Amino acid sequence: AHDFGERNNDSEDAELRFVTCQALWNEIKWETEKIQENLNKQLFDNLVNFLRRSHSESQEKTTKWTCRMKSREIPTAALVLGVNVTDHDLTFRSLSEVLQNNITPYIALLEAKDCPGIKNLMQKLMGQLMNCYVDVDSLEDEDYVQVSQNRIRCSMTSLINWYESVTKRMALKKTETPSKKRTSSSRHWQCPPVVVIFKDMESFTTKVLQDFIVISSQHIHELPLVLIFGIATSPMIIHSLLPHSVSSLLCIELFQSLSCKEHLSTIIEKLLLTAQLPFKLGEKVLQVLINIFLYHDFSVQNFIKGFQLCIVEHFYSQPLSVLCCKLVDAKKRVNSLSHDQCENIRRLPSFRRYVESQVSEKQIALLTADDFLKEVIQKLLEDLHVYHENYVSVLRCLHVFTSSLPKYPLGKQIRELHCACLENRVWETEEYESSPPPPPFVLIPLMLNKSDLVTMLQQCVEIFVSSSGKEFGKTVEELKEFLTQFQKLEAEAFQERDVSVSSQKELQKKTDLYHLQKTLLELKESRRSKKLTKFEMLRFEVVDYIDSLVRKYLVPADHKTLHEIVYFNTASVLRGHLNAAPRIALHTALNNPYCYLKNQALKGDGGSISNKAPDICIVYKLHLECGRLINLVDWLEAFSTVVMAVEGPDAASSDQVDDIIHARFIRAVSELELLGFIKPSKQKTDHVARLTWGGC
Amino acid sequence: MPNLEHPVYPAATLLHLESLVPCRESQVSMLLSIFGERQQFSFPSIFIYGHTSSGKTYVMQTLLNTLQLPHVFVNCVEYFTSRLLLEEILSQLQNCSSETEQTSHVPCETFNDFVRLFKQAVASQELKDQTLYIVLDRAEQLREMEANILPAFLRLQELTDRNVTVVLLSEIVWELFRPNTGCFEPFTLYFPDYSIGHLQKILSQNHPPEYSADFYAAYINILLGVFYMVCRDLKELQHLAALNFSKYCEPVVRGEANERDTRKLWKNIEPHLKKAMQTVYLREVSSSQWERLQCDNGEPGQLKGLSAHTHVELPYYSKFLLIAAYLASYNPVRTDKRFFLKHHGKIRKTNFMKKHEKTSNHLLGPKPFPLDRLLAILYSIVDNRVAPTANIFSQVS
Repeated sequence: AHDFGERNNDSEDAELRFVTCQALWNEIKWETEKIQENLNKQLFDNLVNFLRRSHSESQEKTTKWTCRMKSREIPTAALVLGVNVTDHDLTFRSLSEVLQNNITPYIALLEAKDCPGIKNLMQKLMGQLMNCYVDVDSLEDEDYVQVSQNRIRCSMTSLINWYESVTKRMALKKTETPSKKRTSSSRHWQCPPVVVIFKDMESFTTKVLQDFIVISSQHIHELPLVLIFGIATSPMIIHSLLPHSVSSLLCIELFQSLSCKEHLSTIIEKLLLTAQLPFKLGEKVLQVLINIFLYHDFSVQNFIKGFQLCIVEHFYSQPLSVLCCKLVDAKKRVNSLSHDQCENIRRLPSFRRYVESQVSEKQIALLTADDFLKEVIQKLLEDLHVYHENYVSVLRCLHVFTSSLPKYPLGKQIRELHCACLENRVWETEEYESSPPPPPFVLIPLMLNKSDLVTMLQQCVEIFVSSSGKEFGKTVEELKEFLTQFQKLEAEAFQERDVSVSSQKELQKKTDLYHLQKTLLELKESRRSKKLTKFEMLRFEVVDYIDSLVRKYLVPADHKTLHEIVYFNTASVLRGHLNAAPRIALHTALNNPYCYLKNQALKGDGGSISNKAPDICIVYKLHLECGRLINLVDWLEAFSTVVMAVEGPDAASSDQVDDIIHARFIRAVSELELLGFIKPSKQKTDHVARLTWGGC
Repeated sequence: MPNLEHPVYPAATLLHLESLVPCRESQVSMLLSIFGERQQFSFPSIFIYGHTSSGKTYVMQTLLNTLQLPHVFVNCVEYFTSRLLLEEILSQLQNCSSETEQTSHVPCETFNDFVRLFKQAVASQELKDQTLYIVLDRAEQLREMEANILPAFLRLQELTDRNVTVVLLSEIVWELFRPNTGCFEPFTLYFPDYSIGHLQKILSQNHPPEYSADFYAAYINILLGVFYMVCRDLKELQHLAALNFSKYCEPVVRGEANERDTRKLWKNIEPHLKKAMQTVYLREVSSSQWERLQCDNGEPGQLKGLSAHTHVELPYYSKFLLIAAYLASYNPVRTDKRFFLKHHGKIRKTNFMKKHEKTSNHLLGPKPFPLDRLLAILYSIVDNRVAPTANIFSQVS
């Protein structure tokens, strides 16, 4: 996919762009893998524990009465992974890696499509197990060949024989060279279990599963087997797939993986909401990716693939993407920009806007002198970088506030807020203004009591402190100032309570009814208005302050100069690539062949049917005008009329249809049939039935 | 008292056998009389059937082992093709005749080969003057193999001209086996289900060494009282008994009750068993989890069963696709216009319609529907515009 050098005809640093792109992608890939690993760690740890436990128990105390009495069940882990099937592959791969390192070298991954019958299943299983032996010596290599030669005879007995021989050999080796094998023996113990993973349990046929379970349950004493079921829907499927007599042979424990939505949030947080990665996604593009995720497949893997496509597309189509790298490198690269590239920069809309805002001498300098331009670009790039740094922390801060709003007008997740901010000035959007009436944010704090507000502020402080932006020293201080004010307020409230207590004591002294009433009223008044207003005022201050922060830092990216360099914003390309619409494509191809053929002769035929178009297009257009049943003779007539149109009316009107045209027509019709637009009808002999748009 | 009598075998062996197979004395004696003496030809094939865990396999195994009759025991589920099955029989035959001589594996493709090899195997050994028993467990699988396998096994004695008896064990009756072309009728023998008394007797037989037999029998009594209604599977009951016994003993271990204090013990164990019935028995909670729970003495409420996680998250369009498919399969076509169009005109109240609608469509089951209809319904129930993209199509398929 990275065939940059060849595909690129405008050789503007194509090589460098390619290298940058690859470096960036590698970084992202590494990052995503790390995230995935972290997210799966908990799950895998649990699984590993389960596997350790499952057979160690039985090996130790086989003599005990309870163990003798209990029927031996096959330990089974039901792994609920969610509906995003495309991600499962990766999970299973890393799972088997983890198991291989920690538990056992004997792992078999089975897929339903490979195992239509129990025979295929056993074949597959044995093939995988017998090849997966880890530490291979030359001596064992010979055994291998033998094994694979008579692999045809695959039954449980041969599997057990194989297992016995392998474990015996391992034990022998251990006694022979205890020092050398210390490491491996600590990892795998004497009889490592054999793990069989059913990747997609739902698609296995019931019979195969049942048979396999029944067979292996009979040999569980000789072959320590552990099953892992990958389940996409709900664990209830086990009961509906297996009858009780079979499921009673299993000892099932449930493991739930993290939901894919959370996974996506982490990915977005780590990849998009950082200033670390130079590459950014525009609002529309991000929206497309997220929509595909939420509406179609829930697949994080596809999301990352889409992200990769964005990167490639960006570096491919945007010559200035050379500068889309780490700030230090970018500055260096600016210096070595060619004249063409400088022109490219001058052509950027955002840069033009910038130039227009400058004084006239500077404008001239910017447009003519390359050196000056480069200097300015360096400064602008730095600005952009700083903007990103600030943006992220302020966004998080705003999210802390908005996520507690009732009904989430700005979205529950930070990604929604991010999209909103990218789209346009967030403080001008309806939601931002309308959710809290006139002064922004008033409603939020009204909902909040003091402690919540304080914790929010504290969160904000933490965000700013941890952020890398340099400008936030002051912000942090001011926020802390707010916090201390709140604390002071609390202290005052205490005092006031003291006062009220004392006044109550006074009250007890007084006996006059009138006075009593008066003081009581006063007390009430003061209690209600004074304390609240003080708190409220402070609250308004906080809100205004946050508002000012938002206005200052959350400017949408496309208002920034040079944003084109790092932002990828052509969503239509992405949509075309990822969200293919085969029917529409087919329709346009047949209706408007110029779209694909790029032949000048085909261009610009509006409603009429041109005779220069390929036959199939003509036939297709004609068939669009027909009803449910199409008379072949009429159709042929119309076809020949269109084709003969050039040769003048007299030729077209002749009854005789040329043999060649006849053949062309038949070929085009059969092509349409192949595409599924028509089918032969049984109602009338010389008619075909239309299958689309109002067909049967 | 001794039900088993046989002229050949010593009385001690028979008594031992009897103690091993409680409640199956009559069947065993029947089998013994069919088998006859060692060298005598027996009935060519015997068909034994009975419900799950009525002791068919166990009885056959103990019988053949204690009397040390030469036999081959094969499970037909495990050797799922005829070839595997035949090869397995032959290799077991080799093993049981000569321990020392480790012959290599012989390929055996057809039954013809099998008969030939079988003759060789038997002729070469000292098996000649004894009846050889071939036990095929779960014989219902034989029906799915090649058509000749079952009839051939039934008259193996005749085909090989050797002293051999084939015993078929199955859970279904012989009538379901009989091939269309007819075959040799085996001698059928029925193993009835164990009654509650039998179960009690068998279960109490294996009491743990630390406790007295009476104590364990009382426990089994309680256990059966709870579980007999839902489960008569001996294996399952045994498993459950082993799982819950430690809980039963708890008061005794703590010294709160002695072994004879059945009432107290009953009070202690009964709710526990009921809980077990809802969880472990249905395999909602695995037995190892159950055991751990017993050790921790925790509440089972915190341990969610399998069916607790029934919630499934689906992508937006997938949800609507499912709904659309449901609607398309249960609603009749003519109601579509009424339900999914905004301006459908007035609903005419017609009586003939009502007549059929009385029976719920759900009782009739889902009906097939064209793909276009599904998509049309999908477009009308999703609020905003749906682009007919490949993603949706791929999910349909």
